[in-house]
Amino acid sequence: MRKSAKFVSTLCVLTLAMSALAGCSSSSSTTTTAETTAAETTAEQTTAAATEADTSEAAAESEAGEAAEISTDITGTISMAGSTSMEKLANAVAEAFPETYTGVTVTAEFTGSSAGIESLLAGSVDIGNSSRNLKDEEIEAGAVENIVAIDGIAVVVDTANTVEDLTQEQLIQIYTGEVSNWSEVGGEDQAIVVVGRESGSGTRGAFEEILGIEDACAYANELDSTGAVMAKVASTPGAIGYVSLDVLDDTVKAVTLEGVEATEENIKDGSYFLQRPFVMATLGEISEQSEAVQALFAWLQSDAGKEVITSVGLITVD
Amino acid sequence: MNSIVANRASKSTVERAAGLIFTVCGLVAILAVASITLYMILKGTPALTNVGIGELLFGTVWKPDAADPSYGILYVILTSIVGTTMAIILGVPIGLMTAVFLAEVAPPRLAGIVKPAVELLAGIPSVIYGLLGLMILNPLMYKLELLIFKNSSTHQFTGGSNLLSAVLVLAVMILPTVINISESALRAVPGHLRSASLALGASSIQTIFRVTIPAAKSGIISAIVLGVGRAIGEAMAITLVSGSSVNFPLPFNSVRFLTTAIVSEMSYASGTHRQVLFTIGLILFVFIMIINVSLTRILKRGEVSE
Repeated sequence: MRKSAKFVSTLCVLTLAMSALAGCSSSSSTTTTAETTAAETTAEQTTAAATEADTSEAAAESEAGEAAEISTDITGTISMAGSTSMEKLANAVAEAFPETYTGVTVTAEFTGSSAGIESLLAGSVDIGNSSRNLKDEEIEAGAVENIVAIDGIAVVVDTANTVEDLTQEQLIQIYTGEVSNWSEVGGEDQAIVVVGRESGSGTRGAFEEILGIEDACAYANELDSTGAVMAKVASTPGAIGYVSLDVLDDTVKAVTLEGVEATEENIKDGSYFLQRPFVMATLGEISEQSEAVQALFAWLQSDAGKEVITSVGLITVD
Repeated sequence: MNSIVANRASKSTVERAAGLIFTVCGLVAILAVASITLYMILKGTPALTNVGIGELLFGTVWKPDAADPSYGILYVILTSIVGTTMAIILGVPIGLMTAVFLAEVAPPRLAGIVKPAVELLAGIPSVIYGLLGLMILNPLMYKLELLIFKNSSTHQFTGGSNLLSAVLVLAVMILPTVINISESALRAVPGHLRSASLALGASSIQTIFRVTIPAAKSGIISAIVLGVGRAIGEAMAITLVSGSSVNFPLPFNSVRFLTTAIVSEMSYASGTHRQVLFTIGLILFVFIMIINVSLTRILKRGEVSE
């Protein structure tokens, strides 16, 4: 009896010790991760994706033949640089592509569309990401425009709003604060509540870039998620907001722009203007590229690739 | 258990092991505080030199993504100060009166209903407060806004997401803190003070305001300081109701607090923008530290005077 009691007490002490140690180590490891993450992001690079790919590559090599059976046995690296707006897409691709092609490492840097094409033309990267069509001089220099996805944005108002259509000019006036009442754009006498996204958001970047009103917007609400924008517009009479096309539902009303409805078809045929292409430019045709790059473009057109594209809220190109 | 009958060696092992464990546990807290402080200072200071202290702290233009970026956070700092002050002005009188009610006047049965209600208020997650504010408070505020600014041509309509909504939410959120601590301070006032006051012919209301509350002063002040801490550190609830545009903190302006500034932009920020967000965190940290130090001072002074 006495022995068992002693045993129990020792056990208690041990458990305490274990938990104390666990507490200790977990707290310190958290700090390290936080530091690492911050350091990485300040470097403005996604080495994370690269490291991940490296690890999976190493794992694949150690498993040798087994991995080769599941996927194709291409090895190599693909480096991308360019548009910050394409960060989500590029990171998703860099993460998902090596899952199938375990021998390939994809790294992505986000330096801006023009800088990305410059790096491509200088030969320092395999793919230049651009969130606009290529300029004539870039095409003359040898860059080939491969549109992999389209970013479409819908303008939404609350369901009771009588305004059905806005012109590009009216949209600019509303978002820069020149127009503050719906009666000025053909609606009822009602104040306009301008809802937008926080700075740094890709949707906001695209919206302002397409309309040419970067840093000139007068937002009454800067919300940090698409869902928040939808909720705010739905519940506020007179509100206007912008969201990715894929989240539209019945709680809000999407207005037509220059008479064109925000649908996938209209975006694909180019008649809806609030859109921009996501270009992965290559130096020379795709067929002239390395095996790995060719595989990447083929994969982007496969079902798996399309799934990744739609998962980040973009429209696929057929 | 075995402490009396066990032999000396095993006893001292257990004792020593337990002592060690307690020391380690104590060190975890210190380690956490020290590493957080160090981390915040290391991460928060680069932006001060990169952007310039004057431009950062006293600039009024927040355009972190512009071609020519501007990182002025004066309005954000002011919003946190003004918002917290207004919430305290609204919440403390209500909280104090509730505490007086619970400790002094309420019949036990009624107190038995109010007290659990207050405790329940403390347990509601802050996101719920925000959600209710968004669904109920904001539409009401928008009606008020439309009424007040009917003929204004310069006012930007916010749809009810404004400083006032955030202040109301914060005022409700600090109630439990203020009530609970004030109540225990009031209860700790010795009964003979009350008896003496009543015996001298003071009414019970006179006794409460002239004797009991002054006697519980230090406890009530620490309740207020903790309320300030709660209000200034709150993020989730007010990010939903405040509109989050950087503006001068006027009641019907859409505003951004120190906390919501970090929450809303951290996910996509990079470079200097991210560093500035860490600096905002550092400023918040300094505010909280000041609040804690003053709280410790108040409590110490209270001990000395007693």
